[in-house]
Amino acid sequence: MSDRPGIEDLLRTLAPQVLGVVMRRVGDFSVAEDAVQEALFAATTHWPKDGVPANPRGWLIQTAVRRTTDQFRSEQARRRREETAAALDVPPVDVPARDDTLLLLFMCAHPSLTPASAIALTLRAVGGLTTAEIANAFLVPEATMAQRISRAKSRIKSSGIPFQMPDPAELPERLRSVLHVLYLIFNEGYASSIGSELQRTELSAEAIRLTRAVHALLSDHGEVAGLLALMLLTDARRPARTGPDGDLVPLDEQDRTLWDGRLIAEGVQLINDTIGKGAIGQYQLQAAIAALHDRAVRAADTDWPQILALYSLLERMSGNPMIALNTAVAEAMVHGPAAGLSLVDGLEDRLAGHYRLDAVRAHLYEMAGDTDAAIKHYRAAAARTASTPEQRYLTTKAARLHAAKRS
Amino acid sequence: MTMYALIVDYQPGVCETPMTEWDPADIKAHMNYYDALNKELMASGELVTGYALTEPSESTIVTSDGTNPPVLTDGPFAEYKELLAGFQIVDVESRERAIEIAAKVSAVPAPGGVPIQQPITVRQVMGSMTGTDV
Repeated sequence: MSDRPGIEDLLRTLAPQVLGVVMRRVGDFSVAEDAVQEALFAATTHWPKDGVPANPRGWLIQTAVRRTTDQFRSEQARRRREETAAALDVPPVDVPARDDTLLLLFMCAHPSLTPASAIALTLRAVGGLTTAEIANAFLVPEATMAQRISRAKSRIKSSGIPFQMPDPAELPERLRSVLHVLYLIFNEGYASSIGSELQRTELSAEAIRLTRAVHALLSDHGEVAGLLALMLLTDARRPARTGPDGDLVPLDEQDRTLWDGRLIAEGVQLINDTIGKGAIGQYQLQAAIAALHDRAVRAADTDWPQILALYSLLERMSGNPMIALNTAVAEAMVHGPAAGLSLVDGLEDRLAGHYRLDAVRAHLYEMAGDTDAAIKHYRAAAARTASTPEQRYLTTKAARLHAAKRS
Repeated sequence: MTMYALIVDYQPGVCETPMTEWDPADIKAHMNYYDALNKELMASGELVTGYALTEPSESTIVTSDGTNPPVLTDGPFAEYKELLAGFQIVDVESRERAIEIAAKVSAVPAPGGVPIQQPITVRQVMGSMTGTDV
């Protein structure tokens, strides 16, 4: 008997390696990917009962390759063979070990795929998750997710996206796509954009695992290290981010003793070792900001002037109005709410109708002591957000100010 | 098993005060009641899905003749109170059970713990298999 979580970890680690080998042997990504999924499924069924084979990687490769040849035979014969194949331990094959994680990530996160497709395909082909698990994480029916994955695979086929390292000239841009997909997976897990669960931790954990794998292969790349540090430093706060009823707890009200000190130490070390060594990038800056928050023992100890400087730099680099909104908050923390509000006014056109514009305004009016304006904007933000926990938080903020006004 | 939609609109029940003016403790009690009910229905295997919709003021109405570019308007709306706020789909043994669940939804607490008595519409979902094959 072997323990199930241990087996799952092993399978997730082996999945991209096995897919790389099968892919080379079969030459068709879609066929290879389906076959590897079947082999992984066979392993989850048999290994807990029969024990992990001596060469698990060889077992998976052999099983997957067998599945691809089976596709050309009759359905009945295939079923019979599967039963016998499953019953016997497959002899190990001798294939040199190599890690194709990076090649597969470049393929699955190709810019010609939509982000939704790239995310789904990355989780399945590189992460080794089943379609059902991915569908569950994104709250869509399994058939819908299966279709999304299958369309992504045909897109790869029709665009002739090669299974190889990009040209050196293309590499920075392609790596940016890979990191962006990993960032989106993490974010979807950390700050779910849909549904009632505030955090879907399995997605964050998977994003961290994959980013660790990329970091292991490209350890001197600043933005890879920056992204990993950002994820660790953000994930460290997860235990304090929800209250007992699943309510959202904002950063300044979190019980900081619940933060994961081990993740913070690792993230801080990583960003300190990275920043200033090479070209500075957006993930490194975000990680540096997260590190400043994480290192403040109390909210009042936060180094806001430093955070403001980093956000201003990040804003210039990214041109992203959401970052500019964060700059406005930092500005308010350093120079007072009026200064922050005047920055927010400048974002009106670019963020019109977005709930965060109202949420930040509400927060800054509350800081300024203008209760009526704060209530008005908390209400507007609550009406606009599509996240149930955010809506609950914003509604409660408005109600709390309303109650305080009455008493 | 038969599927029913339990539909909530914006009719206020016995409480006309908007939630942003409730006591925060009442909001918590209201939300926790919903959470507990959903967990109960999940545990019993009866909850298929449930969604709350964003504010009607944020919606867009689309009409198209199939040829010309679609016409987008943000009104006129039907009577606000009658607009869809959210729904749950439950898969239950009987219509009686669907009604029993709807009654629980309707009795969600308003300020002071008073059941809010919002009307819940119970409608059977089409396509549910009710008979047996012959």
